[in-house]
This record gives sequence, C-alpha cells and structure tokens, in this order.
Amino acid sequence: MSQIIHFDPDQDFKARSRTAVNDPAQRANFRGAMDFLQAKRRGQFGDQDELAGLRAIGAAIRQNSLAKLPELLELLEKNLTANGIQVHWAETAADANAIALGIARRVGARNIAKGKSMVSEEIGFNHAMADAGIDAFETDMGEYIVELAGEKPSHIIMPAIHKTKQQIAALFAEKIPGVAYTEDVDALIRIGRQVLRGKFAGADVGLSGVNFAVAETGTLCLVENEGNGRMCTTVPDVHIAVTGIEKVVEKLEHVPPLYSLLTRSATGQSITTYFNMISRPRQEGEKDGPREVHLILIDNGRSQAHADEQLRATLQCIRCGACMNHCPVYARIGGHAYGTTYPGPIGAIVSPHMLGLNATYPLAFASTLCGACVEVCPVKIPITDILIRLRNEAQAGEEQASLRGSGAGRSALATAIWKGWSLVYSRLGIYRLTSWFISRGHKLSPVSQGAWTKCRTALKPAPKRLRDLIRERRS
Amino acid sequence: MSARERILGRLRTPGTAPEMPDVAGWYRARQRNETTPERITRLRAVLESVHAEVHETTDWPALLLQIATSKGLNNLLIGDNTPHGEHLASLAADKLTLIRYSEPIDGWRNRLFDEVDASLTLARSAIAETGTLILWPDASEPRTMSLVPPIHFALLDVNKIHADFDAAMRTENWQAGMPTNALLISGPSKTADIQQTLAYGAHGPRELVVLLCHTGVLS
Repeated sequence: MSQIIHFDPDQDFKARSRTAVNDPAQRANFRGAMDFLQAKRRGQFGDQDELAGLRAIGAAIRQNSLAKLPELLELLEKNLTANGIQVHWAETAADANAIALGIARRVGARNIAKGKSMVSEEIGFNHAMADAGIDAFETDMGEYIVELAGEKPSHIIMPAIHKTKQQIAALFAEKIPGVAYTEDVDALIRIGRQVLRGKFAGADVGLSGVNFAVAETGTLCLVENEGNGRMCTTVPDVHIAVTGIEKVVEKLEHVPPLYSLLTRSATGQSITTYFNMISRPRQEGEKDGPREVHLILIDNGRSQAHADEQLRATLQCIRCGACMNHCPVYARIGGHAYGTTYPGPIGAIVSPHMLGLNATYPLAFASTLCGACVEVCPVKIPITDILIRLRNEAQAGEEQASLRGSGAGRSALATAIWKGWSLVYSRLGIYRLTSWFISRGHKLSPVSQGAWTKCRTALKPAPKRLRDLIRERRS
Repeated sequence: MSARERILGRLRTPGTAPEMPDVAGWYRARQRNETTPERITRLRAVLESVHAEVHETTDWPALLLQIATSKGLNNLLIGDNTPHGEHLASLAADKLTLIRYSEPIDGWRNRLFDEVDASLTLARSAIAETGTLILWPDASEPRTMSLVPPIHFALLDVNKIHADFDAAMRTENWQAGMPTNALLISGPSKTADIQQTLAYGAHGPRELVVLLCHTGVLS
C-alpha cells in the first residue's frame, strides 16, 4: 500500500513539516514553482467576468452531477456497456487492485504501462501489481522521474515539482545505463522519451485515470500534454481505466466548460496538447486501439463524503491543483510532508474519507484559513468551511461523531478545560468567584506559556476585574 | 449484495438537484461575428504559439513534398486508401516513399515505432479559440498515425474552423454518436515536468505541421 497509516499522525506530520521547512533548497524549488504556476493561471483569467461566469457554470455542473450521482453512474454503466466497455465496481482500494489484477492475469500480462493517474497512486496500484509479479511502470515524465528516484509525487499535476534539473540530471546519469550527466532539459526529455518508447511497444496492458466520464454517450475523457496517456490507451491490447465514482458528468456539453476551467487553473494553459475521448474498444476493421477496455469505478470512502450535505462539496473537485499552488502552507512544506496521496488543501479535505480522520486530522489544522484556495477553486469548493468542520469532527465526542475516525484529535486535558470553561461561563456565582481569584492571583501567572511566549509577551490577567473598576468609579 | 449495489445504495440520498446551468446560452452569448479569414488568423496565432508549424496553401501536395524534402524525411505514413492519401500518391512518385497503413498494428508495431519518419492525416475540423485540430481516427486513418511518428502532418479545410469546443460539438452533433476515439490536438507533444521548463516532443510527435487548405483537400 502506498498509504501510510500513521500511529501518531500529529507527530508524524509535524516532524515531516519541520524537516521540510528546514530544507532551503526544497523550499526554493516549491516557491519558484508556485510563483510560476500562479502567474500562469493569472495570465489565463484576465477577464474577471468570464472567470466568474465559467466558475458558476463549473460549480453548478459538478453539484448537479453529485446530486444525481447514482442515476448518472447507472446511465454511464449502461452506455459504456452498450459501447463494449466493461464496467467494474470497487468499494475499496484493495478491491480495485484485485479487479485489475484479475484482468491482467486473464490476459497473461507481464507488464502494465501507466499513464498519469492519481487514483492509481491512491490505491497503491504499482505495489499491488509488483506483489503479484507484474511490472507496472510510469510513463508520464514527472512520474517516471519520481519512480526512478523511488519517491512519490509531491504535486497532483506536476509530480516531480520538488526536484531541480540538476537533481534529475544526476538521477538519470546514475539510474539509466549509458546516460551521461546533462542539465539540458531537452536532452533529458529526449532520454526519457527514448527509454519509454521502447517500453510502450512491448506493453501488455495500459492503465489510465479518467478526467471526465460522460454518462449520456459513455465516453471517457483524458487530459494530457505528453502523449503517454494516448500511448497507454491506444497501443497495448488491453486498456484499464481507474476512476473515483465522482468523476461522472451527465452530458457531453458539460465537458468544454470543465475542461477549460481545469487546464487554465492547473497550468495556465488555454488547452492541453491532447484531449482524448474514448467510447469503445477497437472495432471490427479498425487497425489499432485496445481490444478490451475496462473501467473500474472506485468508492474508497467517497460515499462517506457524498452522504454528508456539507462534505459532499469535496467531491466537486476536478483535480486541477490550483488550491495547492496558492496555499501558503503547501508552498512552505511541499507535498511530501502531508504524507497522503493528495496534498495541499484538497488533500486535507479529501484524505479523511479515504484513510479515516484518525490518520489525517492534523492536515485540517495545517491551514491559516486565509481562503486563497477558495478564491481560486474553479468549481467553488468551500474548502475553509470544510476544514473547520473537520477540525470540529476531530474533537467530536461520541454522540456528535459522524465520520470514520471522528474524535481522534480529542485530548482529555482539552476536553476538561472546555468543560470547566463552559461551567464557569454558564453560572454567574462561579464566574464571579473564579474571576476574583484569577485577578487577585495575577502575579502567579507563568512567565513561560508554551508556544505563545515563543514570540509574544506572556499573557497576564488584569489585577482588577471590569466589575471592580466600575464599582470603584461609582463609589 | 454486490459491490455495485452497496456503493449505489450508499449514494442514494434524498434531496433535489440544483438547477443545471444554461451552457449553450453561455457560449452563445460569447459568440463573435467572425469571418473565415479572422478565424484562420486566430487559429494560426494560437497554434504557432505552441510551436506548431502552420502553412496556408492552395496546393498542399506540392507544399508537403517540398517540406518533406527540406526535413530530409525518408518516408511518410499515409492512410489506407483515403482520397487525399491516394491523391498525394499519384503525385509523389519517386519524390517520397509512402507507407500505407493497410495492416493492423499488431503485425508491425516495432516498425511503426522505429522506422516511420512522419505521417499525414486529415483533420475533421478545428477550434479557433484554443488552436485545436479535431481528429476522429477510423479504420483508414488509425489513432496511432497522429501519435507515434515523430512528425505529424495534418490537412485542414479552412472552412471547417469552429469558434470554440462547444460550437464544434454542437454544430457537428457529437451527442448523436461518438466514434471509438475522438481527439483534440493542440500542438506537438510537450512537457514541463523538469523544473517547469517547456520541452517539445515528450512521447507524441515532436513536430506538428498544419496545412491549411484554401481550396479543399482534394483539389
């Protein structure tokens, strides 16, 4: 499994964040990349009215699709099946891998060429295949680099964003036989192209994600620049697509606005090089394309978000990454510190459904609630509201708990303090007595008050209460 | 109960769907009155900004043969018995070796990857706003033609340029039936995965050469 179930998620996250902020080279990489991506996005949305109109359309399409999700999934399944594409349903990551493995074994596959798919990262696909003796290899340049380095993506759109070209040059020279050190990016890409071209032609199965699944026509849409996604879905004899159940839209006409919002928000491109729309396996007489196409629809906790009126908005996401590109926390700690497949603000709100709030609640606190993510989200997900909700869920007592892992952030001390606070503030007599003691004992307040006094002066109660001052004035 | 039933069961919650936006109205309101030359100008500008090579011509076979010579191509992959492919074949003679895509990929996969220098396909139409070619590959011009060879030549009739993606879908009524694979292609393949530095020729064609035909593709 790619996902780490943390024993002590809070300490792990803090430790990783500390390491990340103390790495000046990596911080410079992220800062540079974030500035670049922010400027690119800004360049695409000069017309604020157009942006506002398009966002309203995008948000409404996603909300409507989620409201009709079960019906749309059934329609999608019906139309895909009629088109000859086989549809599978997976409740968990393990189920999804088992289905893919079943297909791979049936066709005798020894290797699987992978297009970029965050869902495949989410389910730990590569490891599951490796355990079964099948070589699943990455073909997206960024994913290829990360795989070569034995790492995980640090960004959902640009997986190797944490690396400099010097690091990649050194990696290629070390790991690819016969390659000399070069920092020339064109040369590095040519090397990657050459290595992977040799592997495409011999791939038994191709794996891809899905950006939009169109219910009315039974069409799977894939967005990319490199052409590796097209290779994976065209050259091998079998194509397996994996996707979260939330990616469905009702109509073909819903695709252009969402596609436009996606590429412009993600990388500041008006469009990507390729938009690949797949509706059938290879037909009689056609000379290429896979003979079998499969779609695996994956729940993996998404239905928990769907069931909650407020948290359902989490599923509106079209995975552009704009929220992380504009997040002051992500820009400083980078993607790996989060410890989850999806980092940044969207990672903080979607991961609890996949991994349980107990394993992920510290992420909801890793935010200043500045709202930059909400401002740039192309489908208007109220990310900060959801973060606050998850913070409350993390502290929830048994009777209010509504999510898997709710209440995991509850501490006995904090609970006792709030109970005491509520007692004092709801009874006048106790309130007067307590405030009298506190004001009279103000000299006893500690000089060192933990994190507060690191860069602030210590808090000290006033020697006299407001009511004392008023009484003195009157007398 | 199957996984399918359990998942669908969890998703079935009461409530009403918010109203769908008027997507058609949105695009209609943004339409501009544009002549064909204006559309060509827009298409060209965007395509060239992403490193596509664009030519306007009234005699594409002659132009193509000339470009092929200047690029030093050993061969060109053409479709299986397409009108434009055969038209070129009748004029190419000894000037350029043509390979016809007449057999399924299974029998010559490695040769397609290693030996073909360039390919020629027809673009069904185009999108001015984003500098996009629309291809619906079929039995005579398969999907890999616009993907595997390092150089892709695309023929486009200048009268088939739509304003935007929405207009293309509506005008051509895609909803009535999608092909096995529909493609939007906007420039040569590229990546910015190494330190945000743009590099062309990632996995697909390194070069996209668009021949804008002013007098149809068969004249």
